[in-house]
Amino acid sequence: MTDQRIDALSPGTFELDGRDVEFAPGDTILRAATRAGHYIPHLCWKPEYGPHGSCRVCTVKVNGRTGAACTVMAGAGQEVQSNTDELNAQRKTLLQMLFVEGNHFCPSCEKSGDCLLQATAYEVGMTGPHFEELYPNRPVDASHADVLLDLNRCILCGLCVRASAMVDGKNVFAIDGHGIATRLIVNSPSGLLGDSALQVDDCAAHICPVGALLPKRRGFATPIGQRRFDISPVSQQVEKDAT
Amino acid sequence: MTRDPEGAPLLHAPRKYKMATVSLAGCFGCHMSFLDIDERLLQLLEVVEFDRSPLTDIKTLGRCDIGLIEGGLCNAENVHVLREFRAQCKTLVAVGACAINGGLPAQRNQLDVGKILRDVYCTQTGISANSQIPNDPELPLPLNQVHPIHEVVHVDYFLPGCPPSADAIWAFFNDLIAGRTPHLGHGLMHYD
Repeated sequence: MTDQRIDALSPGTFELDGRDVEFAPGDTILRAATRAGHYIPHLCWKPEYGPHGSCRVCTVKVNGRTGAACTVMAGAGQEVQSNTDELNAQRKTLLQMLFVEGNHFCPSCEKSGDCLLQATAYEVGMTGPHFEELYPNRPVDASHADVLLDLNRCILCGLCVRASAMVDGKNVFAIDGHGIATRLIVNSPSGLLGDSALQVDDCAAHICPVGALLPKRRGFATPIGQRRFDISPVSQQVEKDAT
Repeated sequence: MTRDPEGAPLLHAPRKYKMATVSLAGCFGCHMSFLDIDERLLQLLEVVEFDRSPLTDIKTLGRCDIGLIEGGLCNAENVHVLREFRAQCKTLVAVGACAINGGLPAQRNQLDVGKILRDVYCTQTGISANSQIPNDPELPLPLNQVHPIHEVVHVDYFLPGCPPSADAIWAFFNDLIAGRTPHLGHGLMHYD
């Protein structure tokens, strides 16, 4: 235990799929790998917001044991496997689960081509859903003048919750409920977005990695072929400046 | 057909692949995207011959190597046809978003099918008085919800897109006919 603590607090190097990756004190594996420009698939993590641990897509093998790369601390001499057939097959299964849990009808979604869930599914070669569709029927919240909330696309990454609390200082969102009934809720007397303190320029209004929380009247503005993930796959768009 | 110099057919000439296609709860857009392979269709016809398809006049399905299914399942007839395709086709392919996850037609799953029918055939403005929901047994009954085809039969391959691009369809055929597992890379793999 003592040795591991010292590792987590001092800089060093671990091995990711055979390549040496340097880390700083307090780094998780995902943070250090991303800073070094290496892609580990992830949905609920963003460099500025710390780990959430809900999507499990960043799961890697550290010295033979599986763990979420966004929560496991980097340690000197770790052997980390990420881009293996086994782990990529597990990631595909996780993505298939997320797709059938919601109504991900990409053909009519204004986030298509700019959606991290979709791009990650392309990356792991997901062609079909494998599981039975759940076809949830959660009401769309269009009460806000400038922001739309479609909970049938929400993957519960909690990024809007964190952005609203940590950056905007408003605590507009929370995650509520248990099991498959877990959903995003809005902190307003009526539970509607329109009665909350959210404004269209808030960080939380722009952080959704999928098509759940979207600014109104700005859909389909980017020509097909020029959208973020049309240009290059997600694995080539690593946010290298992560600190 | 391949012939020897004398003009008689060879005994063991390479057989053409038999391909059948169908549109269930589809929009025929996947078939149009298929035709977007343009003059490559002539190349395809050298190795493939069509069985039942909206592009042929064949009414009943025979034994086939490849069956392409466009569209999800929205009514009883769709289910019947799909089962027949599964029984007759060695390799069954779900083509397009509708066959894969129900597609945009599955947005009706948020509503009660009876209410939709009443809204369209009875209460909508602009229809004549006393209009009724069609009830002739000739017409297939709609299913309660729209379903993707893999929930009813086993599907061998999924070819995503709404529709899949002609290049994706071409790459898919080339892999399949060469005996390789079809693989769509960046640019060909899309869901929209």
